[in-house]
Amino acid sequence: MDKIMYAIEVENLTKIYGKGETAVTAIADATFHVKPGELVAILGPSGSGKTTLLTAIGLINEPTHGKVIIDGATVADEGWTPGLDLKRLRREKLGFIFQAHNLIPFLTALENVMIALEINHLSKNEAKGRATELLVSLNLGHRLNNYPTALSGGEAQRVAIARALANKPKVILADEPTAALDTENGKNVMSLLKKLAVDNHSAILVVTHDHRMVEGFDRIFQVNDGRIADEIGS
Amino acid sequence: MNLAIRDIRYHRGRFILTSIGLGLLLGVVISMGGIYRGLFADALAVLHFTKADIWVVQQNTNGPFAESSRIPEDIKYRIKAVPGVADAAPLSFQTIQIERQGKPFRFFLIGYDLNGFGGPPVILAGRDIRQKHYEMVVAKAMKMEIGEKIHLGLHDYTVVGITGKVVSSGGDPAAYVSLADAQDIQFKKDNDAVRNDRARIGANLAGIQSLSPSQAKFLKLNIAGITESTHTVNTVVARLAPGANLKEVQERISRWNHFRPISVEEQTKILTKGMIEKARMQLGLFRIILLVISAVIIALIIYTSTLDKIKVIATLKLIGSQNRVIIGMILQQSLLMGVIAYAIGYGLILLTYENFPRRIVLEPFDLQALFVIVMAICMIASFVGIRKALKVEPAEALGG
Repeated sequence: MDKIMYAIEVENLTKIYGKGETAVTAIADATFHVKPGELVAILGPSGSGKTTLLTAIGLINEPTHGKVIIDGATVADEGWTPGLDLKRLRREKLGFIFQAHNLIPFLTALENVMIALEINHLSKNEAKGRATELLVSLNLGHRLNNYPTALSGGEAQRVAIARALANKPKVILADEPTAALDTENGKNVMSLLKKLAVDNHSAILVVTHDHRMVEGFDRIFQVNDGRIADEIGS
Repeated sequence: MNLAIRDIRYHRGRFILTSIGLGLLLGVVISMGGIYRGLFADALAVLHFTKADIWVVQQNTNGPFAESSRIPEDIKYRIKAVPGVADAAPLSFQTIQIERQGKPFRFFLIGYDLNGFGGPPVILAGRDIRQKHYEMVVAKAMKMEIGEKIHLGLHDYTVVGITGKVVSSGGDPAAYVSLADAQDIQFKKDNDAVRNDRARIGANLAGIQSLSPSQAKFLKLNIAGITESTHTVNTVVARLAPGANLKEVQERISRWNHFRPISVEEQTKILTKGMIEKARMQLGLFRIILLVISAVIIALIIYTSTLDKIKVIATLKLIGSQNRVIIGMILQQSLLMGVIAYAIGYGLILLTYENFPRRIVLEPFDLQALFVIVMAICMIASFVGIRKALKVEPAEALGG
């Protein structure tokens, strides 16, 4: 029987801030796997450790213990794997969607997507073509040359999603992607993420505190006080 | 994609205003450099235009510009006779301040022998002085019209010609009159003074019992003749014959009592090292202070601009951007600000420098050197922002 290839594998991941008596365990013994094309939610209240988990998987925050494997590559095993180019891995394997869209204010919608491609060494023309295609597919064809300040919250978040998808990453990590949106726009964004997970065969890991936004997710994990509880049915 | 240009394009109002402010500051730096060069040009203007090889002045003085010098006019004949001297001409200099159209009117009056050299270097309008008396040629900067009259000493003088930018070492525009007129203006006493002097000499001679009345009368006339003589000049300038040895000519004149022959090189040193050294140092110090201020301002602007972009930088890092992209953005903005500010400063001075009260000389080397310094300052100043940017953690992109 073939071994299942996971997009994200997290085994006994622990992150401790500080040392000695002041040490705080932000996440403890987290273990879970996400398959390509799966939409998974990490649900939990503020301070539960869900963002810490996301930053460890996102190659931003070095885990204290445990193992993280992204698209078959062990990126952390009791600390970062030596010789790892974290920036290159983030560029090539990961896509990020933020709470407040984090679009670069002085770039147009098109340029915000192009920058992610150009950073990954695509030529200007290739980047422009791919970015336009992505934005058009997300119904933003009429907003290509608008600056973020001219976009609605939902539109800005869709541009951010296009940027996250630009390099066709195996894994998309979303940090409270609906927090700055109203309920209707929030649900639209979540529906879009679900569609993208299937269409692009990407693993999408969403951390959120809003349980109303996780309808239709493939799997949902509840985090409380740094511990992942059992998977709850969606 | 050039992030620096795009950021500037988006925040163009702020960028332009900042560059204008910085440009004004650099304009002051450029103008100070120009004033510094202008001081040199002014100090050496008369020296340069006279085209003499030797300046013979009163012994033990650094005349005629740095110190007062008075020598008899007729010494020119002895100087002309020195082997190696091709020509010699007496010159007289004095600074005059009168009132014209209700305002103080200051200029540098040069008296020259109409048959010699040392007169106006060029005639831009009108003509040269042709009559021995009551005509003058003025520098364009004096803003006088041809035919205009001006009262100097005991007489009125008519402007017959306009010359170029000749100024004194103090920056006052020059006017030329014949040597005889210049001597009259400088040395001739008015009638009351002559009467008083004659009466005083007469009274003194009358007190000498041993003098007969005819001897006293004779002495009185002679003494009055000497004291009323105006045949004094400030310097006699000499041009050497081709192949003549400067040192030998100087040595020969030095052997005479009462005179000091100063070479052009020595005169240049006296004018530049002595007379304008402090002003030069002052200007140099101001330039350094202003450049340091510019550096601090650029550093602050780049630093605050980097602080404004912390989230952008964190996002760029998070999506895998290389440090060189971020460093490039900050460095290019800093350099671009320097280039634009420099262009504004340069343009401003280029448009206005002729209206400055003192001469501004814009030397290409100075301008190029300042541009290189400004670029270096921009690079160094941007390190403050780059250092901050490199410390930004990608995790700062997360959260609200």
